Amino acid sequence: MTDTSLHRRLPDRLTTRTQRLLRSWEVLLLAVAVAIFTFNALASPYFLNVWNLSDATFNFTEKAMIAFAMALLIIAGEIDLSVAAIVALASTAMGYALQFGVGTPGLVAIGLGTGLACGAFNGFLVTRLGLASIVVTIGTMSLFRGISSIVLGDGAFNGYPASFAVFGQGYVWWVITVELAIFAVLAVVFGVLLHRTNFGRAVYAIGNNPTAALFSGVRVDRVRFILFLLTGLMAGLAAVCLTSRLGSTRPSIAMGMELEVVTMVVLGGVNILGGSGTIPGVVIAAFVMGLVTFGLGLLNVPGIVMSIFVGALLIGVIALPRLIGKLRA
Amino acid sequence: MRVTMKLISATAMAAALLANPAMAQDDVRIALVVKALGIGFFDAAAKGAEEAAAELGNVELIYTGPTDTTAEGQIEVINSLIAQQVDAIAISSNDTDALVPALQKAMERGITVISWDSGVAPAGRQMHLNPSSNPLIGNMIVKLAADHLPDGGDVAVLSATSTSTNQNIWIEEMTKVLPEYPGINVVGTVYGDDLADKSYREATGLMQTYPDLKAIIAPTSVGIVAAAQAVVDAGKVGQVNVTGLGLPSEMAGAIESGASQSFAIWNPIDLGYSATMLAYELSQNGAVAEAGAEIPMGRMGTLTLDENMEGAMADPFVYDASNIEEFKSIF
Repeated sequence: MTDTSLHRRLPDRLTTRTQRLLRSWEVLLLAVAVAIFTFNALASPYFLNVWNLSDATFNFTEKAMIAFAMALLIIAGEIDLSVAAIVALASTAMGYALQFGVGTPGLVAIGLGTGLACGAFNGFLVTRLGLASIVVTIGTMSLFRGISSIVLGDGAFNGYPASFAVFGQGYVWWVITVELAIFAVLAVVFGVLLHRTNFGRAVYAIGNNPTAALFSGVRVDRVRFILFLLTGLMAGLAAVCLTSRLGSTRPSIAMGMELEVVTMVVLGGVNILGGSGTIPGVVIAAFVMGLVTFGLGLLNVPGIVMSIFVGALLIGVIALPRLIGKLRA
Repeated sequence: MRVTMKLISATAMAAALLANPAMAQDDVRIALVVKALGIGFFDAAAKGAEEAAAELGNVELIYTGPTDTTAEGQIEVINSLIAQQVDAIAISSNDTDALVPALQKAMERGITVISWDSGVAPAGRQMHLNPSSNPLIGNMIVKLAADHLPDGGDVAVLSATSTSTNQNIWIEEMTKVLPEYPGINVVGTVYGDDLADKSYREATGLMQTYPDLKAIIAPTSVGIVAAAQAVVDAGKVGQVNVTGLGLPSEMAGAIESGASQSFAIWNPIDLGYSATMLAYELSQNGAVAEAGAEIPMGRMGTLTLDENMEGAMADPFVYDASNIEEFKSIF
C-alpha cells in the first residue's frame, strides 16, 4: 500500500545549475566577446599579434579601473558622473605639485589623495545632505573640471619624472603592461569584495531595498559613503595611470570618459536601477569594449561611427534577452 | 543557446563580407591624423590630401582622428595605425608631448612620422610643416594693404593685446619690409585685446583720429571682423579697406559689403596636400629630414627645413570676392 506519488522528489529549482549558468548574462557576453574576437581576426590581418593586442589593452584598462568601483556604486542604486572630472582634477593636482619638484611617490599620493577627497565630497553631499547622487555628481562634474580648467588655462603641465612613466608605459613581464596587471589585481579584489564579503551583501541589499537594508541593521549611509570614496580613489588611480601614460596634463584630459565607464558597467550586466550585477560581467564588458574599439580602429572606422557602434552594441546586448523572453512567452 | 549561435553566425557573415581585402597591399598607405573628426578645417585638409594621393597614384589615404580633441584619443588612433603597419603618419597633434612615446614607437617600427599645423615635440617626429612663417605673414599683411593702394597712403594696425607674442612678431616683421612698399605710411598701432567691442571702438577711434586713413591692418581674426563692422557703421566702405588675418566664414560678410577687399590665412587644402606629399617623399623617395634639406611637395614647390626640422609651407593664402564663396563653408 505505498503511494509513490507522495514520495516523488520535487526539484528545488525548475532549472539546473548548468542551465542557469548557460543562460546567464556573463555567458552571453562571453559569446559576444568571442564573436568580436573572431570577427576582428578575420577582418584584419594585423589583429592577431600579441604586441598589437597588448597596445590595445590601453583602450580599456584605465576606464575599467573606475568601472569596478562604479559597478558597486550602481548596484547600490547610486551613480557618479563626475569620475572623468575627478581624473582631470587629480591629474591637474599632480601637474601642479610637479612644479614644486615633488617626486614620483609624492605625485602618486597626490593623485590618489585628490581622488579620495573628491569622492569624499560627493559622498558627503549624497549621504549627509541626502541629495540625489545623479544631481550631485552632474554638479561636481562641472565643479572639478572647472577648477582644473582655471588652474591650467589653455596651457599644459609636462616634464613628469622618468620614474613616473612606469605606471602607464611600463611592462611587468613580456606583453603584460603594468596597467593590465593593476586591472587584473583590481578585478580579483573587487570580485572578492562584492561576491565574498558582508560588505558586498550589504551593497546588494541597499540596491534592492535601502529601507529594508536599514531595518536589517545595515549601515546604509556608511556603505554608500565608502562606495563614493572607493570610486574617487579609483578615479585617482586612473588619473595616475593616464597621466603617466601621456606624460602631460591638458584641460581636455579624460573628456567624455564617464559615459564610457557607465557604458562598460551596464554592458557588464549591472542593472542601472541597482540591485544586481557581477564583477566578472564588468571584466568581460571591458574586454568587449576594448576589442570593439581596437578592431574598428584597425579597419579605420572613424571615431564617430565607432561610438554609434558601441551604442548599438549596448542597446542590442541589453534588449536581446528581453526580446528572446517575449518571443518565448 | 540559440541566441549565441545566431549572433555568431551573423557576425561570421559580416566578417566574411568585410574580410574581402578591397585594397591592394602594395599601395603606400599614408595616414592623415587630425585633432578630431568633424571639423571643417581638417575636412578641407583631407580634401587636399586626397588630391595629393590621386596625383601620386599608388597612395591609399587613411583620414582619421578621435571624436574629442584629446591626446589619449589620438594615441588609440596611432596604436591602431602602428598595428596596421602603415607607411607614414602625418599628424596635427592635440598635445605636443603626450604623443611622443606613441609616435617614437611608430618610428621604431619603420613608420615615417611628420607633424603639420599643430606640432609634436622634435623627439616624436621627423619633421614639422608650418602653414607659414613669421616673415611671410609680416610681409603678406602689408602687401594686402599696398595692393589696393597704388598711390600709397596712411594705414594703421589694429592688433590683439600689446603682449600677444604672435601679433608682436608679425608687426615687427611687417616693419622690417615696409621700405619695400614706398608710399605706405603706418600712422599707428592700437590694441583691441581680441575683444569684439574694444576692437570696434579702437577701429572707430582710428578713423576719427586719421581722417585720411586708407586701410586698417588687423592681424587677428577677432580684430579684423570688428574693424570691418566699424567701417560699415561709419559709412566709410570704399574709403577704408580692412585687411589682415581672418577666417573666411567670419569674413564673408565683410567681403560682400566691400569693407574688406581681401584678407589672408592659411589654406587648409594646400596644407593637407603638402603634408601628404612630404610624408610620401620621406617614406618612399629617400628624402631625409635634416637641417637645410629641401623636400619637394608637388604643386606647392619645395620645403626647406631649419635646424629644428621645421619648415614653412607658403605665403598665407589670399581670400577675396573670387574665392570666398568656396571657403566660407569650410572654416
